[in-house]
Parts: sequence; C-alpha cells; structure tokens
Amino acid sequence: MRQYILQRLLIAIPTVFGVTVLIFLAMRVIPGDPLQTIYTEATGAYILSEEELAEVRASLGLDKPLWQQYLSWMGQVFRGEMGYSFWTKDPISQMILRRGPISAQIAIFAVVLSWLFGVPIGLLSAWFRNSWADQISRAGITIFLAVPSFWLGLLIILFTVLVLTWRPPLTIIQFWEDPGANFAIVALPSITLGLGLGAATARMARSAALEALFDDYVRTARAKGLGNSLIIWRHVFKNAMLPVITSTGLALGGLLGGTVSVEKAFAVPGLGSLMVQGMQERDWMMIQNLVLVYGLIYVFVNLLVDLSYGILDPRIRYS
Amino acid sequence: MQAAPNPAFRPLTEVSTWQRLRAAMRRFRTVSPLGTVALIAWILLFVIAIGAPILAPYPPNEADYGAVRQGPSAAHLLGTDNLGRDILSRIIHGARITLLVSVTSVFLGDAIGFVWGVISGFLGRRFDLFSQRVIDILMSFPSLILALMLLVVLGAGIETVIVAIASTQIPAATRITRSVVLSVREAMYVEAARSIGVNNLRLMVRHVAPQVAAPILVVATLHLGGAIFAESALSFLGLGIPPPAPSWGNMLGGVTAAAFKPPWWLVVFPGLAITLTIMAANLFGDALRDFLDPKLRQRID
Repeated sequence: MRQYILQRLLIAIPTVFGVTVLIFLAMRVIPGDPLQTIYTEATGAYILSEEELAEVRASLGLDKPLWQQYLSWMGQVFRGEMGYSFWTKDPISQMILRRGPISAQIAIFAVVLSWLFGVPIGLLSAWFRNSWADQISRAGITIFLAVPSFWLGLLIILFTVLVLTWRPPLTIIQFWEDPGANFAIVALPSITLGLGLGAATARMARSAALEALFDDYVRTARAKGLGNSLIIWRHVFKNAMLPVITSTGLALGGLLGGTVSVEKAFAVPGLGSLMVQGMQERDWMMIQNLVLVYGLIYVFVNLLVDLSYGILDPRIRYS
Repeated sequence: MQAAPNPAFRPLTEVSTWQRLRAAMRRFRTVSPLGTVALIAWILLFVIAIGAPILAPYPPNEADYGAVRQGPSAAHLLGTDNLGRDILSRIIHGARITLLVSVTSVFLGDAIGFVWGVISGFLGRRFDLFSQRVIDILMSFPSLILALMLLVVLGAGIETVIVAIASTQIPAATRITRSVVLSVREAMYVEAARSIGVNNLRLMVRHVAPQVAAPILVVATLHLGGAIFAESALSFLGLGIPPPAPSWGNMLGGVTAAAFKPPWWLVVFPGLAITLTIMAANLFGDALRDFLDPKLRQRID
C-alpha cells in the first residue's frame, strides 16, 4: 500500500511542475505588456511615462529574465505569499484565505448532497429497473444533466426573491463567525451544484448497480438465502461505489468550474468571483495564483480518488 | 408475388453508400426513438439558425426604448430586455452563435485529439510518454478554468472562445483515441500489412485510424453538450462572446447585473433554450454510442 501511495505521489510531481510552468508562460504571453494595458487602458489617471513604467516593472520583478521570475514566483508560493493585487494592493494570499472557505464549503456540500440524492436514487432505480419510478428518475437525471448550473441558480434566486421575498446575504460570513448566516449564504449554491452533480452520480450508480446485480456473487448471495437489503448493501452497493467515486472525481473539474459561474449567479463573494473579477481587471498576478490554486486542488483531489481506489479495490493496487 | 429484394442480401458492392446510410438511419430510428427525436431537434435548430433573419420578428440588437422590460405579449412573444430588445429574436439569432461555437470547437478539439491520439498510441515509446505527460498537465485544470485562462491570454471574441473550448476537449479525445489505437495496433491485420512492407504513415492512415472513427464520432457528439455549456457559462461570466452579440449566455449574464428583482422572462427563456439544446445533444450522443458500439459505454464513461 505504501508503495502504491509513493508511486502516485511521484507521478503527481512532474504534473504539478508542468501546471506551474504552463500557467506562468500563459500569463507572460498575454499580447502586449500587461502593465502597459493596465496602466494606459480605460482611466486616463493611470497613464504612466516610460520611466515610471520601468520603475513599476522593476518593483514587480518583471525586468528580470523569465526563469528568474518563475523561480521567484515559486519561492513565493512555497513561502505562502502570492504577491499583491494590482488594484487594491491587498495581499493575494489573504484574499484567498478569506474567500476560499466559502467556495470550499459550497463544493463540499454539493458533493455530499449529490451522494445523498444520487446514490440511493441510482441504486433503487437499478433495483426496480423499468418500473415507473425508474422511468421518472431517469427522466430527472436526463433533465438535471442538461440544466446549466448557473441557470438553475438564477431560477432558484428568482423563486426566492419573487415568491419568498427573501434573498441570501451578499457578504462573507465565515462558519465560525455566525453558522446560521453562513449557512444562508452557502445553502442555495450548494443545492444548485449538488443537483447537477447528483444526476451524474445517480446515472453512474444506476449503471454500476445494474452491472453488479447480474454478477455471479449476487446470484450466489441470493442462492444462499440472503435478504434483499443485505444483497443491496453488502454486495451491490459496495461494488457500485468504485465507479461512483471515479465519476465524482471526474466531475470535480466541472464542479470547480461550476462554482465560478454559480457564485456569480448568487453573487457569492467566493474564490470564483474573485477570479472573474481578476480577469475583468486583467489583474494577472491574481489570475496566475488563483488558477494555480484551482489546479492544485484538482490534482490533489484526483490523487485522493486514485488512492481511495487503491484502498477499495486491492486488484488495482497490485496491477 | 415476389417480395422486393432486401438490400442486405445483395453483394456489398452493389449497395451504394447512400443506400447503406439510409438503411442505417432506418435502424437507428427503430432502435432509438428518443435519439431520433433529439436528432430532429438538432436539425430544427440548424434550420432556425440558418433562417434566423427571416424567422426573427425583429433585428436582434434593435433597441426600442418605448418597450423596455415588457413581459410576453402579442408584439413581443417572449418579452423584451432592459434595452427593449426582443427576446425571441435574440434567442433565434443566438442559435447561430451556439451552433457555430459548439460544432466548430468540438470538431477542432476532437480532430486534434484524434490525430494526436493515433500518432501517440501507434508510435508509442518516447513520443507517447512525453505526450501523455502533456495531456496529464492539460487534464490538471478544471476545463472551465483552463478555458478562462486561455481567454485571458487570447482576448475575448468568438474565434478565441472556439479555440479555448476546443483546447479543453483535446485531452479526453486524445486519451480515448489512444486507448483504442493501443488495442488495434496489435491486431493481426496490422501485423500482416506491416510484414508486406507498408510504412508507418500508411499503416496509421489506412489501417489504424478508420478503426477509431466510430469511437471519436461518439466522443465528439457527447462533447457537444459540454461545449454548449462552456460557451454559455463563459458568456454568462462576461468573458466569452462580447456583447451585444445575442449569445444565450450573454442574455443571462445581463440579468444578474440588472437587479435584485429580475423579470422572470429574461431568466427563463434563454436558459430554456440552452437546456433543451444540451439535452438534445446528450440524448443524441447516448443513442449514437449505443447504436455504433455498446461496448464503448465503459471506455467513454
């Protein structure tokens, strides 16, 4: 087992390195000098002379060769610093720490919800296959797989505003500050994302359970007189979980991207809206670090999925 | 009375491609009614997109300040937006953007992934090892984040959105193509062709690539829904198709900025258009997959 974990970690290292290089290079080939565009675009107040521009560039380390810039960025990241926003001059690491928990909460709640909905629906749908309940759940799955999360979010807002005349607060309230208010902010975006993700989970759970239902061990279990609930939970459920975990892992990329648009729909001040804001303001130091954060989370979670796979299915560990 | 000869029983050389296509269509219709409905919906969408100037009651960007934010009425069937533009006309014209972006980006991304996957899987060795690491890196970004980053680099616009979305499709297309190629490469007929002196290029083009055609076609169809979602999400975020172009995502993006009490018709109709189009794409993709090769199901899921 330890060897398996080490092996996975070793594979992840070059990938993470490549991710950082790709982000770094992408941010450096933005057409035109980013500083030039930032300081001459839009507002006249920010037009700088050549000397001033050179000064700003030097203060940000942009006059150094590329590899030195890359190394100093990496050095910063390892020290947990991430530079400063161009506009507000706030340290980026603090902005991420302040807004990150909200986005993380939304994503985690969405995954939990998707499992609470998706797994039982998928299993029951497979068990009672081709019944009317199965038909309904499959129709629901088809619908929720197609509904864009941000639109679902807008519909939910529309409903709460027009019918309940209530709207979640639009500030950052951390869980440890006021759990109730925090929940009011996080609940609706989580449900929005959870429904779409739950449809994917249910679909995967259904097809995996269908496959397991016809396997030999289920027949054996039935032959030796096990009851239905034992067969479902002991045999079908256990074996159907592997594909479900993978599908959740794969869907996580969509989920992370989804938080960005859903945060905008609900006007939640999380990481996603920070990134969109950074992109609109061409605050590339912020973009660079936020994309890195998203990439690292994704790589890390996929690693966890891989590892859980190894734990759940010994055959994979040794192949 | 003699029954009409069944085309399936004639020698294959006598059956034209057109006849075979028609027979396949007939089979598809009986095997998968739902997929057929989805296909018809897509064809309908193409017709709407092509005929947009004739079908739309108003020009998509014509502002009418005398009719701002009006609910659905006889004059404006789906209402008007904050600038008095007709929602129905904008949705009809938006079909053009949706189709152009989704079809082109899927074609571009999956074509690159296809070629890359065939070469990588067939040549193997160092090239394969290197390109798999590149794919790993591309796959380490959530696709919307990758598209957003590319859009910052490339600037906003319809071409850049196409390129950005296409880039997010490449890794999956390459992986699947490669996995099929790896199994085909060892087939006896490839071995036989090689033994009579067929070179690598010809082997790839004539003997290996055609075997991957069906899987990549299915993958491309399944990618369509994702591409439509990506375009609308990017435009919704205000980083995709620049306004005032009537992209469905743009129409929704304008709403959140507008208000605490959004008019319902501004929210409901564009989103409904996106959802129905994605649903049709998904259903057709699923049906095509089951039709062409049920075994593909595991590999693609």
